[in-house]
Amino acid sequence: GLVTLTRLACYLQSSVFTRHRKLLLQILLPHVTRLHQIRTPPVAAMMQEGLDDGPDFLSEEERGPRAVNVDLQTDATLQVDISDALSERDKVKFTVHTKTTLPNFKQNEFSVVRQHEEFIWLHDSFVENEEYAGYIIPPAPPRPDFDASREKLQKLGEGEGSMTKEEFTKMKQELEAEYLAIFKKTVAMHEVFLCRVAAHPVLRKDMNFHVFLEYNQDLSVRGKNKKEKLEDFFKNVVKSADGVLVAGVKDVDDFFEHEKTFLIEYHNRVKDASVKSDRMIRSHKSAADDINRIASTMYSIGTQDSTDMCKFFLKVSELFEKTRKIEARVAADEDLKLADLLKYYLRESQAAKDLLYRRGRALVDYENANKALDKARAKNKDVLQAETSQQLCCQKFEKISESAKQELIDFKTRRVAAFRKNLVELAELELKHAKGNLQLLQSCLGVLKGDT
Amino acid sequence: MEASTERNPPPFPDPMDRETNSNKLEEESDDEGEDIFTGNIKSTSGTPVNQIPTDIFTEEGSGTTLQSHRVPQQDANGLRSEDDQDLFSEATVELSIDKVNNRERKEMTRPSPSVQDISFKSSATNKSLEEWEEEENKDKFELNIAVTNPEKVGDGMNAYMAYKVSTQTTLPMFKSTTFSVRRRFSDFLGLSEKLSEKHSHHGYIVPPPPEKSVVGMTKVKVGKEDHSSAEFVERRRAALERYLKRVVSHQTLLQDPDVREFLEKDELPRAVSTQALSGAGFLKMINKASDAVNKMTIKMNESDNWFEEKFQEVENEEQQLRKLHTVVDALVNHRKELCVNTAVFAKSMAMLGTSEDNTALSRALSQLAEVEDKMEHLHQEQACSDFFLFAELLADYIRLLGAVRNSFDHRMKTWQKWQDAQNTLQKKREVEAKLLWANKPDKLQQAKEEITEWEAKVTQYEGDFERICTTVRQEVLRFEKEKARDFKIHIIKYLESLLLSQQRIIKYWEAFLPEAKAIV
Repeated sequence: GLVTLTRLACYLQSSVFTRHRKLLLQILLPHVTRLHQIRTPPVAAMMQEGLDDGPDFLSEEERGPRAVNVDLQTDATLQVDISDALSERDKVKFTVHTKTTLPNFKQNEFSVVRQHEEFIWLHDSFVENEEYAGYIIPPAPPRPDFDASREKLQKLGEGEGSMTKEEFTKMKQELEAEYLAIFKKTVAMHEVFLCRVAAHPVLRKDMNFHVFLEYNQDLSVRGKNKKEKLEDFFKNVVKSADGVLVAGVKDVDDFFEHEKTFLIEYHNRVKDASVKSDRMIRSHKSAADDINRIASTMYSIGTQDSTDMCKFFLKVSELFEKTRKIEARVAADEDLKLADLLKYYLRESQAAKDLLYRRGRALVDYENANKALDKARAKNKDVLQAETSQQLCCQKFEKISESAKQELIDFKTRRVAAFRKNLVELAELELKHAKGNLQLLQSCLGVLKGDT
Repeated sequence: MEASTERNPPPFPDPMDRETNSNKLEEESDDEGEDIFTGNIKSTSGTPVNQIPTDIFTEEGSGTTLQSHRVPQQDANGLRSEDDQDLFSEATVELSIDKVNNRERKEMTRPSPSVQDISFKSSATNKSLEEWEEEENKDKFELNIAVTNPEKVGDGMNAYMAYKVSTQTTLPMFKSTTFSVRRRFSDFLGLSEKLSEKHSHHGYIVPPPPEKSVVGMTKVKVGKEDHSSAEFVERRRAALERYLKRVVSHQTLLQDPDVREFLEKDELPRAVSTQALSGAGFLKMINKASDAVNKMTIKMNESDNWFEEKFQEVENEEQQLRKLHTVVDALVNHRKELCVNTAVFAKSMAMLGTSEDNTALSRALSQLAEVEDKMEHLHQEQACSDFFLFAELLADYIRLLGAVRNSFDHRMKTWQKWQDAQNTLQKKREVEAKLLWANKPDKLQQAKEEITEWEAKVTQYEGDFERICTTVRQEVLRFEKEKARDFKIHIIKYLESLLLSQQRIIKYWEAFLPEAKAIV
């Protein structure tokens, strides 16, 4: 902990300070110390959240990564987590920490610093690797997006002169909290990706993965330039067109046919649910913000005078201040347990669909190879070549089919477990907050009624 | 203000437990017979009320019937035993009637120009004001008013909404104890016009009526049976009810026969001058504009700082409340938005649940969808209570503060009148002096007459001014008390509704939790 802190402190000192960075750092420094993981059996549970010094029911809670695979618990041979993270002007630096007993690594415990692009590079290397065609590739973490938050921070800095000190402090606190929340989320998502890879029996052995974990220099992975992005775009277009064709081919195997229909429908519905949940949570946040403003306005009315009514207003403003914190927490928790869950499974179901696509593609290739072989035999020309080709296709197809089946079953298990965990936690948190709110309201009403 | 002289003032009763010799300023300035009420207390409480008013009052209650905050009733009165008084549990207006023991004071506040002695000293005023401030809870009479049953009458552009105004009272000035009439919005406006004309230039704070809304009404007229027009009608109904309650809680206004007529009379002549696009309407607008200009030009020598301070306070408060109202409005809108989004999300969750092939998880997701559905209803109700209890309260008070400012303005006008009269008198005196010098006896006579006339006017206006000062002071204090009480009551109700929501949230999630845990 101390080592990390001093390292960070040095790092911070050396950076060039702009006004924004100053603000950002002011915000982060007190919190960075808390970005230590807490080791608990499943996979490393995350940072603690301490927004304010409120009463107990407002304090810390744990968060786990989204996809909880029950098998992950017992694996001590390779444990990966993100022990630290630092946000700079336009990038986030993650400290990837590995603990392993595997012989392939030089040490048993080590850390490297990685950026988002390097994660993407790793993910893409999996996708492009033919060997892994039969596996669900863990979805890549989304890009850290602090733009909105940064904008707000900038506006706040500019408008500093035009608002009262209390308002400024309050807004700054809110923005800090928001920034922190986004920050923690992105760290969690990057961690989940690594954990999934580490838990996968085949992927964990990947060379690139080992390099990623161990090589403590910059991987010199640059983001894709415009040309490459354009290529990607076209590739995707072709792929989706192809995907439609491939999906149209009815599968002989019932299991896969069922999975295909299921996944397509499920994916669409998860997408819908994810979008709608986002909207709902945003409204909730707005409502909480409004209560905040009501609290401040009532406070300023209450401080005008010392009449009975003013005292009354002050008490009510206090109450609203507290309840809005709880409401904000409710929205944040819903975001975490529900919206993020849905988003994650949106991405995973897409990855599962991709797997099915690859299998479908292999099947089509196999069938085409069969046809080619028949034709070659008929013409008695290039038969050997056709035979080898057909055999390759057959092998490839069967290999994919075999692993795909297991992968899809695992996916189901993981999904059910993750939903269960998150729904239970969601319900518990909602209850906790509602009870907290209730308590606040009851005590306040008691005081107010007693006064009158 | 007409004095109801048909009543014979009964002899001075022995005040029950009140100080006999306090110099209290009375509130019903016109009615020498205010003692009637004290005299009659015994008689009315004795008479059992046979009529069971259930039929009138059991109609749809006010849309904001929540956990009612029962205001304790003093008089044990047959009506109280009715248990379907939900309509009135929030509606009780407690009238307090001052005991008048000092005839001198009484006569002084009579508006008729026959002012005998202005033995009025500011110190005395202050003392009596204090005592008046201390005095609370006198004999309470019941007067419960409800506005219910909005019904559309007629069709097309000539249609209007008629509301049922039900009164339940033990006040003897009414012909019966329970009665109801049908009134339309323009009737209310007509009433408020009359009250304003009669009372506001004496400095009374006349509650402003609910606002007109051409758009809202047109929708209703055209017959759009949708949610927003239903909302509009409900909002108006609630506003009308609050308006009437405020009117009758003001002693002076209650005594006004127009109010009585409004509550009692079956058919009222149509108040045409309240129409927005009528000749009278335009005239009013012009008058308002000219008033505003005049206001700006009056510079008053404020002898009493109290008025200056209070006026500032009132203005500040109005500003603050406006700000608060905007924010509460935003909250209402966001909650409505949340409501819609939650409903949409619930459906989406249900869909996801059906496509999920693990049965336990599928069931849990459907349950979650149901929980969210219930939450949507909760948010809807919460938004309603946000609006009716909080936002409307603020809106009402913003308008009332406007009325308070009006009474201050009237005071200024009265002062101006007095000053003008003094100036005219001065001028007349100068004319007289000139005539004396020029020695024109016939014109002199005329001048002398004019002087006497103006002297009388000056005295009268001075008296008016003193009176309006007192009234304004009284009114402001009364208003502040009422405001504090109103706010407390409503905000407490609002918090109680919040509390209820939280309890329900707990219930819903507690029901869901085992389902979630049952996922295998």
